Amino acid sequence: MTAQAQRREVETVTLDLLDTQIVNRLQDGFPISEQPYADVAAELGTDEATLIARIDALLDAGILTRFGPLYHAELLGGGLTLAAMRVAPEDFERVAAQVNAFPEVAHNYARDHELNMWFVLATETPQRIAQVVQAIEAVTGYRVYNMPKKEEFFVGLKFKV
Amino acid sequence: MAAVLEPLCEGIDATDRRIVLATQAGLPRVSRPYHQLAADLGLTADEIMSRLQRMQRDGIIRRIGAVPNHYKLGFKGNGMSVWDVPDADVRVLGQRIGALESVSHCYHRPRHLPHWPYNLFAMVHGRDRVEVFMHVARIAELLGDSVRSHDVLFSTRILKKTGMRLLAE
Repeated sequence: MTAQAQRREVETVTLDLLDTQIVNRLQDGFPISEQPYADVAAELGTDEATLIARIDALLDAGILTRFGPLYHAELLGGGLTLAAMRVAPEDFERVAAQVNAFPEVAHNYARDHELNMWFVLATETPQRIAQVVQAIEAVTGYRVYNMPKKEEFFVGLKFKV
Repeated sequence: MAAVLEPLCEGIDATDRRIVLATQAGLPRVSRPYHQLAADLGLTADEIMSRLQRMQRDGIIRRIGAVPNHYKLGFKGNGMSVWDVPDADVRVLGQRIGALESVSHCYHRPRHLPHWPYNLFAMVHGRDRVEVFMHVARIAELLGDSVRSHDVLFSTRILKKTGMRLLAE
């Protein structure tokens, strides 16, 4: 395996039964109560301290990327969009670095399509999206295909393990 | 009170905003996390909890919970399936596709003709690409004659992945 291929290989982890139950249960929502960890721990047949330690470890290992309230960006008054670019292979790394340098770029993925770079922009105001799109076009010299959602049908993010 | 923090929109006031700022990176992992937040922000735990409940009821908080790294959990096939369907049908079709267990996000987005004819996006997840293609075939079957064309885009590399900072400090 080449070094590059190794870097791209993402390690799959094997979770024990309790970790699996925690990952599944925590995707379903978390109580707003006096001692929410104790409530969830009781459901899972464990204790509060163990649950908190397991969540810490899952976050440290990068198995969970976040734990807490997941906010609706637009209802908070922010701007959110998905955008794509068609970048020539010889310019790809330069453009990726330029795009990633914008703090408004939350995620950026290379994809196997003519439109080969896809990123999410999150801004504090909806108006700011257009400004960032223009700024990215100016600095990279490439057109940005802006694809803000018109309607959302489902956001599940359920990964049952 | 000094009007340093203006309300952002109808649904969220200055106090909500402070709660969002304090929790957008995560919830304290202590026995009484809402009491901890209350102490940090100079509010009562009851106020924190009732505001979180209200924001959740209003959809400002989608849910309180965990976001897993699906790659690490073994979901290595992650395809963005994109579909060109009639605009008049996109809502009915989107609701049908969004309800599938293999689909995590489903959106109606604008086309960019002639390069991009697709107006319905569905993120499809599986253990590998074969599993993703099976899910996509199932979607194609459900959409039937409504589909004019479709494609599946796989991610080949994560170029950047950070937590979304919804509000600036």
